[in-house]
Amino acid sequence: MTTLTAATRTKVLQRQGSAVALVLVVAVSWLVFPRFGSLDNLRDLALQGSFLAVIALGMTFVIITGGIDLSVGSVYALGGVLAAWGSQYGFLVALALPLVVCAGIGLVNGLLIARTNMAPFIVTLASLLFARGLLLAITDEGATTYQIPPDSAFVELGRGTVFGFGYPIFVAAALCLLGGVVLNRTSSGQNVFATGGAEQSAILMGVPVARTKIGVYTASGTLAGLAGALTAAYLQSGVTVIGVGTELDAIAVVVIGGTLLTGGTGMVLGTVIGVGLIKVIQNVINQIGTLDSNYQSVVSGVFLLVVVVLQRVLRR
Amino acid sequence: MPTDPVIEVAGVTKTFAGVRALDDVDFTLEKGEIHALVGENGAGKSTLIKVLTGIHTPDAGRVERHGRISTIYQEVNLVPLMSVAANLFLGREPRTRLGLIDRARRDADAAALLGGYGITADVRSPLGTLAVGEQQMVALARAVQAEADVVIMDEPTSSLEPREVETLLGVVAKLHEAGIAVIYVSHRMDELYRICDRVTVLRDGKRVHTGSLAELPRIELVSLMLGRSVTEIRKHGTTAFGEDHHADTEPVLEARDLTSTPRINGVTVSIRPGEVVGLAGLLGSGRTETAKAIIGALPLDRGTVLVAGKPVPRNVKAATRAGISMLAEDRKTEGIIPNLSVRENIVLAALPKLSRFGVTSRAKQDRIVDTFVKRLRIKVSSPEQKVSELSGGNQQKVLLARWLCTEPKILLLDEPTRGIDVGAKAEVQALIDELAREGLAVLLISSELDELLDGADRLVVLRDGAVAGELEGARLTREHVLAAIAAEVMDDADSH
Repeated sequence: MTTLTAATRTKVLQRQGSAVALVLVVAVSWLVFPRFGSLDNLRDLALQGSFLAVIALGMTFVIITGGIDLSVGSVYALGGVLAAWGSQYGFLVALALPLVVCAGIGLVNGLLIARTNMAPFIVTLASLLFARGLLLAITDEGATTYQIPPDSAFVELGRGTVFGFGYPIFVAAALCLLGGVVLNRTSSGQNVFATGGAEQSAILMGVPVARTKIGVYTASGTLAGLAGALTAAYLQSGVTVIGVGTELDAIAVVVIGGTLLTGGTGMVLGTVIGVGLIKVIQNVINQIGTLDSNYQSVVSGVFLLVVVVLQRVLRR
Repeated sequence: MPTDPVIEVAGVTKTFAGVRALDDVDFTLEKGEIHALVGENGAGKSTLIKVLTGIHTPDAGRVERHGRISTIYQEVNLVPLMSVAANLFLGREPRTRLGLIDRARRDADAAALLGGYGITADVRSPLGTLAVGEQQMVALARAVQAEADVVIMDEPTSSLEPREVETLLGVVAKLHEAGIAVIYVSHRMDELYRICDRVTVLRDGKRVHTGSLAELPRIELVSLMLGRSVTEIRKHGTTAFGEDHHADTEPVLEARDLTSTPRINGVTVSIRPGEVVGLAGLLGSGRTETAKAIIGALPLDRGTVLVAGKPVPRNVKAATRAGISMLAEDRKTEGIIPNLSVRENIVLAALPKLSRFGVTSRAKQDRIVDTFVKRLRIKVSSPEQKVSELSGGNQQKVLLARWLCTEPKILLLDEPTRGIDVGAKAEVQALIDELAREGLAVLLISSELDELLDGADRLVVLRDGAVAGELEGARLTREHVLAAIAAEVMDDADSH
């Protein structure tokens, strides 16, 4: 049995570390870039972050169980295309179709991982390819872009606002709140921690480990599909080229948020902060203007590395 | 005799990969009794427990349970990253009216419950920050709190200190008073005879005896477990160490003034070729740290290690080159590489010697492995068998072989017989004896006093990281060792 020295202190530092970083980055950006603090920019920032937050929420659960879900980027894109295609049959189909299909992909991921003990990396890599392939097949290799009728109620879901803040922001906020409550205040959440913390022990303690795994992968797929639907509603079309590498963004923000890749510990709030950090940095790079937008990735990468190194150092 | 069984098992058979783990086993647990389940490792105890708890489904036979079963395992089966309170109540958390977990109540309940077991640690801190003994008590509290009719304890005391063992046995007594039946698995005869009413002995998957424990002399119990006759055991004793070794040459190892505050403080040990020196002391007295300091794995404030009179640089590589090898306490995390074969595990440490320009000679490997498998009597189907498939005792022999094939002059053994069954224990002990007779200097660390007293020619007793006494010859007795260890307790009493 491993003895964790100063684990509590580390946890606090991890939690506060990313929050402190976010505050610093926001403060500096506010001072340096006059446009950063404008309400319009903040609204845009929150909206851009909300799609990633929904995906990363599912990823948080998956990673806490000690797993990984590489399929979410493709599933996200597939969800968007399905929503756009379904919108011709009305609001309900536009929303339900991507959710059902993507939940199905997540369910299959979960079943394969939990019941056959295959590595999550492999299973979800396969479904990444599957979802991307399916997407290309139904869009004639990406040539067909399904448009959502501008007058459709579904568009409202992506473009509607309250005080100028888009609906997706509220959807993401509500889901993250719900996710936090489920994770920390329900037995399902305890099962998620137990599964990732010590799987064999969890089994012996009567934790339904298989059911928990199936649950988190299904949730992850569903959330990725929902994020896709929201994105499609916002863009008014099912864009086929989105979501490439999004799974890695999601993993990055979860890790930046203090969730350990080895599982067993993590928090939704951290993930939200992680999303904030990445999006603020991207936003700032856009503001600089002269900097190639590809530097967004460069900065995100450096940032992730710093966080992981810090986690290591703090664990000593 | 009127019976009121809570568990009834009849004719249970269970086979794993062609090996019969349980063979037509009958077992009855009466309401409120404490039933000892004994047998060597591999006798089928764990499998029987898993059949009782429903984790395994038997291939044949009948299992009837008339009550709820709760189990405590040998290794703490809790989640180290989760809080103590979360572990305690996992799966049965107190709820608020909204159906959410009531954390405040959970933590308060947990603190109150653990207080009864003498644990005062913060219940909100991760379980992994507690000492192993405390973790085991949490596991116990969890099992008992489950309002079970049957509590199964699988070697619950193997990682506990004497004081904690007393607490645990006290809890068992309380369970007994409450009419809860207990199945108690242990290798420790003292505990068994103190608390158990009846005993069932398993050997090679078969039930060989069930009956009252008080009516069964200890030596007969051992003979039932081992399948050896009583006279044979009388003759050789329960440990397999032979006569003392003669060693009047110069010490091959001299460790002087080893200090690494706060864990060890000025420890001096010397070993002559062919001598077995035992390190005695309570958990945390600095035994493992001393061994680690000798092999260079513990940063030192001061102190020197000399091999054959020459100082050894303070790192593991240099120490190994100088002829020191160490068998670590925790086989699983510090030694065995489970997915590699027996051959690969054995030659690992000797690879540099077996290689030329980075290419290893397979023929040489096979020769060495063959020699050691025979010499240490390692039971394998082939050298290519995965180490994880071997029993604990055989894994320990593989590790021993790994270090022996580096041809060490000094062997540091940290709890070499922990967690392996009685038969394998005897074999490992006999091996240590043999190695010393061949001229190896051995440092033996063990929590079992009998093993130290029988196995060592000289004992160094540690207390609080310092040498509390050195015992040799006629003074090599239980009383002298305990007196040396106990001085601390008296000091403690004085200082308060």
